[in-house]
Amino acid sequence: MAKKIDQTRVRKVARLSRLELTEAEVAEFADQLSAILEYVEKMNELDTDDVQPLAHCLPISNCFRADCVKESLGTEKVLGNAPQRDGEFFKVPKIIDSV
Amino acid sequence: MQDDLLNMDCRELRDGIAAGRIKSITVAEAVFERIEQYEPIVGAYITTFKEHALAKAEEIDAQIAAGKQVGQLAGVPIAVKDVLCTTFGATTCASKILENFHAPYNATVIEKLLSADAVIVGKTNMDEFAMGSSTETSGLKQTVNPWDTSRVPGGSSGGSTAAVAGRLCFAALGSDTGGSIRQPASFCGVVGLKPTYGRVSRFGLVAYGSSLDQIGPITRTVADSALMMNVIAGHDPADSTSVDEKQAPVCDYLEKLDEPIKQLKIAVVPQFNAGAESQVQKAISDAIGVYKNLGAEIIEIEMPHLDYAIAAYYIVATAEASSNLARYDGVHYGHRSENAEDYIEVYSKSRAEGFGKEVKRRIMLGTYALSSGYYDAYYLKALKVRNLIRSDFTKAFENCDCIIMPVSPTTAFKIGEKMDDPLKMYLSDVYTIAANLAGVPAVSIPCGFDEDNLPIGLQILAPAFCEDKLLRIARMYESRTDWHKKKPAIV
Repeated sequence: MAKKIDQTRVRKVARLSRLELTEAEVAEFADQLSAILEYVEKMNELDTDDVQPLAHCLPISNCFRADCVKESLGTEKVLGNAPQRDGEFFKVPKIIDSV
Repeated sequence: MQDDLLNMDCRELRDGIAAGRIKSITVAEAVFERIEQYEPIVGAYITTFKEHALAKAEEIDAQIAAGKQVGQLAGVPIAVKDVLCTTFGATTCASKILENFHAPYNATVIEKLLSADAVIVGKTNMDEFAMGSSTETSGLKQTVNPWDTSRVPGGSSGGSTAAVAGRLCFAALGSDTGGSIRQPASFCGVVGLKPTYGRVSRFGLVAYGSSLDQIGPITRTVADSALMMNVIAGHDPADSTSVDEKQAPVCDYLEKLDEPIKQLKIAVVPQFNAGAESQVQKAISDAIGVYKNLGAEIIEIEMPHLDYAIAAYYIVATAEASSNLARYDGVHYGHRSENAEDYIEVYSKSRAEGFGKEVKRRIMLGTYALSSGYYDAYYLKALKVRNLIRSDFTKAFENCDCIIMPVSPTTAFKIGEKMDDPLKMYLSDVYTIAANLAGVPAVSIPCGFDEDNLPIGLQILAPAFCEDKLLRIARMYESRTDWHKKKPAIV
């Protein structure tokens, strides 16, 4: 039987997930994810046409709070864990190409 | 003397400290002495806070000497799972990607422990980002089961349960997304409670599956579980999914704990339970016998959708995880790859280097289930199945006070036994997952041992926000049995 998820698809999902995988990982995940998906498809034994999806169990929809000013963490605390920073900014490689 | 001290429960200990009969500092020193001796064997902690803890203990003693009121956990040494943000020490989630992360705030439950005057001993090991059932996916260290050091403590809160069982603390906090408090509690012979979704604030709990995650206590007795709930339960404006107390009041969980439930009606699901090992099944039916002797009525019911819980869970949880873990991008905090050439590589290489295999596998599965063309077949389907599972519980609770089933189909398995086959590992969560999908509270309490002297857990599930009743039912059993008094040989 064909695999539920082949190596090409694994590479695509890895790209969507922003995960750089080794070739060995691609092969391993293709096998393992296929086995898991095959198992998961047992859900298809159930007729759910008339069932509403349930995203969470609480009878809560929107929670609002009073719109008032509160103390925030402050720049130093927020930037304290930055792998690289430049003054009050997180530093990252260039994102927009100079044309 | 030292051993007597370490075997006390939190309530006795706190009352002894508050009354000035026991010094908080003596207790803290005894715990750290024990940690120095046994932690190299058990490996329960990622970080310990000896100086911090001893200073806190002295502070509490001074307050008591000055005649000041002290909190509900005054001087009680407590461990917390390293998935909870603390401003002291790192918050690693047992992941290399967060190895050096220092949280800028405390989780609400940490604030609550501190204001109850608990002495926080350290942060415990876990499966990486709480993804696993054995604590073996930890990227930082290995924890073993204090009952048999060749076996896993269960997971993902295995560091917390091993610490409680091994007397390396008096109680601990864990988190439970699919059984991560209850299953390791059962493997380590301690009490583990997963409260109702929304009962305990998740603010500062590093998210895995946000609609399933819940923080709960790990203790040696049911009374200590109630005591811990008295401290941590309640609404928190910082967590919009923590429930309004007008809607679902928080009560004093200790107050009526020793009052048995009259005309207790317990449901069992015989078909579902048949999947457990015979020694586990025997222990569960013996436990049911104890309740029968207490006058409980036992009814047999069907919950036809429970068989689909694992399938639905591993889609819902991984979908939520793939979204939650997108925040580890090497930009704001956490590991950043030194080999990244451009911004895409900052993401993809930092994540590749920082995450372990199980975390990658779950991100991949969740991303796939949410991706265009597969969303309806997997994610939407799983949410519908989740609704069917919840209806099974709603219907069941119309006719009973609680449901009893095993916690795990087996007792603690050998280290390495299931690491090569993720699906096999997932299937070991068969009895615990449904409570998370349905949002109901469930507790694991010790109910026997198998022929290898490994603990077996009894799971009791109750309707949403009925933790008071759930703990009373658990206490009825505990008061008639001695399993919770047994200690691992190393203790």
